[in-house]
Amino acid sequence: MDTDQLIRSLAADNAHRAPRVGAVLTMALLVAAPLSILIFATFFGVRADLMSAMRNPFFDMKFAVTLSLAIPAIIISLHLSRPEALLRGWGWLLLLPVGLLAVAIGGEAMMAPAMPMTMRLMGKNSRVCLVAIPAMSLPLLAGALFGLRHGAPSRPALAGALAGLVSAGLAATLYASHCTDDSPLFVVTWYTLATAIVTAIGALAGSKVLRY
Amino acid sequence: MRGREDEWTGLMRSAMAGDDAAYQRLLKAVTPVLRAAARRGLARAGQPPDQAEDIVQEILLAVHLKRHTWDSEAPFAPWLFAIGRNKLIDALRRRGRRVFVNIDDFAETLPGEAPQETASAGEVAAQLGTLPQRQRDVLQSIAVEAASIKDTAAKLSMSEGAVRVALHRGLAALTAKLRDA
Repeated sequence: MDTDQLIRSLAADNAHRAPRVGAVLTMALLVAAPLSILIFATFFGVRADLMSAMRNPFFDMKFAVTLSLAIPAIIISLHLSRPEALLRGWGWLLLLPVGLLAVAIGGEAMMAPAMPMTMRLMGKNSRVCLVAIPAMSLPLLAGALFGLRHGAPSRPALAGALAGLVSAGLAATLYASHCTDDSPLFVVTWYTLATAIVTAIGALAGSKVLRY
Repeated sequence: MRGREDEWTGLMRSAMAGDDAAYQRLLKAVTPVLRAAARRGLARAGQPPDQAEDIVQEILLAVHLKRHTWDSEAPFAPWLFAIGRNKLIDALRRRGRRVFVNIDDFAETLPGEAPQETASAGEVAAQLGTLPQRQRDVLQSIAVEAASIKDTAAKLSMSEGAVRVALHRGLAALTAKLRDA
């Protein structure tokens, strides 16, 4: 087929309109979310002392941290779904959860410690955390990758890593309501490790499925 | 150069607003620029330039299927050249070459580039043969025989809607086959 003929067929298909990447990503995450919530409700569930926990600012802080990861990651992944987009100028948004955690760790250090530092860091749920966050991430990661496939990222592995951060941030938000370890030292260690696992899976999957 | 790129942006805005003729003009206008850049990239990788047309056609298909990622407030050329670079890199990788794509392969096309006659390429034609019969018939009719959607529908005893669906699916399937080839 010569190029003029190909162009003729493309022009004939111009009436076909595809939805925006943001719309497809939103739909895909909404479809995936019930699966993650099902995993949460079946195996984990909300902690028993939720009412008293809500009076603890470090409990609330966990949600601020996880959402300050998930929401910027969604924004950046949509930005990167355009072929000419660069991470430069946008990557700093990912420092938001890091900054929040630093403030929380500083705040906790200034209070009279209820437990020694190593106990706060190790917590009681480190192993559950490392399983629960990746497990609840998987449906959301699949959804995020499906949504981003609709885009045209120039760096598929990077876009996949962002999909990993989106899904880990959302899964960690669910997990935060289950976990009784509220110390920012626990969060910065175990949530970060769990997020890193999911991000690596996302990058690997992205390098395969986000090529266009 | 600036004027040319502003013209492209204007044509793409019209195309997105539903002007098929503007879209066809735009694709014809960018083709020689893409062809020259593909030839330069192939030459740098020590590859014969006769594969340039395959790369051009792959770029055009990607432009078509991903045009919803173009922001109509942004200039068209950087978006186009980013897709062109990605497709050139993919094509060279598939041929097992270490890739050094110069950023400027696409950006610095000289205005004196002679607009060539249309050229044919083997890969799209070869993949065309692997499509389902109906998609192949529709593409054959519209691309090669230059029939309209309406005439194609009459000739193949299909509804116009079905022709449109087959055309779009055929183009999407071609793109996927080229990418994974």
